[in-house]
Amino acid sequence: MSGFNRQRASTALVWLILLTMPYWMALIGGYTELGTRVLVLGLAAMALNFLLGFTGVLSFGHAAYFGLGAYGAGMAIKYLAPSTPLSILVGVVLGTLAAALIGALIVKLRGVYFAMVTIAFGQVFFFIAIRWNAVTGGDDGLTGWQRHALDLGLGKIDILGNDKAYYYLVLILFAIAVGIMALLLRSPFGRTLLAIRENERRARFLGIPVEQHIWLSFVISCLFASLAGTLFALLSNFVDPRALHWSQSGNFVIMAVLGGMRSFWGPLVGAAIFVVLQDFVSSHTENWMSIIGLFFVLVVLFFPRGVLGMLRRKAKS
Amino acid sequence: MTQLLIFNVFNGLIVGAFYALMALGLSLILNLSGVINFAHGGFLAIGAYIAYSLIPYVGFWGGLLFAPILTALLGLFVERFLIRRLYQRDPLYSLLLTFGLAYILEDGTRLIWGAQSLPYPIPEWLTTPLSSEYFFLTGYRLFMVALVSVAVGALFYILSRTRLGMRIRAGTADLETVSVLGVNVRLLRNLNFGLGIYLAGLAGVLAAGMLGLDPTIGSSLIMPSFVAIIVGGLGSLPGTLLGGLLIGVASGLTTVFFPSATEAVMYVMMGAVLLVRPRGLLGEEGRLQ
Repeated sequence: MSGFNRQRASTALVWLILLTMPYWMALIGGYTELGTRVLVLGLAAMALNFLLGFTGVLSFGHAAYFGLGAYGAGMAIKYLAPSTPLSILVGVVLGTLAAALIGALIVKLRGVYFAMVTIAFGQVFFFIAIRWNAVTGGDDGLTGWQRHALDLGLGKIDILGNDKAYYYLVLILFAIAVGIMALLLRSPFGRTLLAIRENERRARFLGIPVEQHIWLSFVISCLFASLAGTLFALLSNFVDPRALHWSQSGNFVIMAVLGGMRSFWGPLVGAAIFVVLQDFVSSHTENWMSIIGLFFVLVVLFFPRGVLGMLRRKAKS
Repeated sequence: MTQLLIFNVFNGLIVGAFYALMALGLSLILNLSGVINFAHGGFLAIGAYIAYSLIPYVGFWGGLLFAPILTALLGLFVERFLIRRLYQRDPLYSLLLTFGLAYILEDGTRLIWGAQSLPYPIPEWLTTPLSSEYFFLTGYRLFMVALVSVAVGALFYILSRTRLGMRIRAGTADLETVSVLGVNVRLLRNLNFGLGIYLAGLAGVLAAGMLGLDPTIGSSLIMPSFVAIIVGGLGSLPGTLLGGLLIGVASGLTTVFFPSATEAVMYVMMGAVLLVRPRGLLGEEGRLQ
């Protein structure tokens, strides 16, 4: 009973922090865009964790779908129509379709091999983005477009000029996405995913079509990752090809691990720590790569359960 | 046209030989220890830069001899103090660790030797074209192909004829049994890691002679090496060699007909192989689980 109450309290606390964030970020030396970035990358890390933490499948190529979402959104506004909702839709559809195709090729692989193939496939889109200059802007990224005010029929909401308005748009989509993931994990489907994670062979003997479940989990995970990608592109009105690079995939994994893979909110906590650290380090030194690399090593060696994993362990003992 | 074709196929073979050399080292480590070594490209760059620093003292040949050995020593050290701690854990952790190491090694080379590209000195008699018609056949390129062949031959000799090699192969098949039979598995994994890193260092020295020195030289070669392993077949070293050469030639040929797909073609090949034969061309059955 007390565990249940604690869970409710912590969920309420998370939402309270997220709802008020734009109003106290400035007081502690942050800025609204930083908060939005935490939310967006947190969504991507939580989406990855749907697969990594709750299905037990090691994907190291989520940047591909994140980046496809980003390019889809940018290109929809640049070439199709100046509409923010349309751009989000296009980005999500693009990323999800790619995931459905690639997922079908790799569901038979497991463990470290699954990781390797997802990494390698992720690079296809990176090279397409770099090489298809005329459409994607190549190395310089996709520029010359911006997000547009939301037209709700009754009036327009200016999400371009107003940082906070965009933050709350992202928060609403974040809440929907996270809500769907939480519901899925509580459903029989989600429980089956946990069963596959815990003992795949036993799940198979019980007659569970394991490959189908893993494929579906992969596609769902990539769908939300590409949603995060669209929001990321709209945040900066720019798409960098590095959003597709394998190093970005590694960043998502470290966020999930750092926050705690076995807890629902862990990846969001990890994303917050990672984003703030990266923002701080890259504005203070040119050798940010070494520091981030060292951070990876230290987390793996001394902090493998993540922040929330440690807290939970303390609470139990 | 024929000349262009031959030129690009030959070029592809050379690039493929690099991929294969990298991928063989990666494969050795992956097969015995289940670790995907993301830092392999970083070790390659370190090998190249060490050779660059040694050349003023020991000459071109000395650099070629000593730099890979020093790189391998660094590899032994890294395995002993970092990677060894993670063998019992989920492969996720070793992946993240080597990922962080890749960052550190790349940034480290930048810190020590500078971010700008450096020329790599090679003896003059190696750089002159051998014939005016086939201008691309320089001595250095032929020398590279020969050296890679010797290195690969030596590797397969070690694996099939020496005690260490047989233990590595046995350990790949069933590590537990090998351990029970009294083989020091910790030492075996350590030496195997060093052997893999030696190959990375050697590839680095050779690549530097062709491409020049750049801190990102390793990170651009690592992805094709992954593809080579997947195409060739997980768990099979001859497969890895074949995979490396195949994707090298394929991207060489694509350069002739559709230059902007030079990199993408190897991933298309990978997709095709996974579709028809998920375990790769020469992959062993049952390796996927």
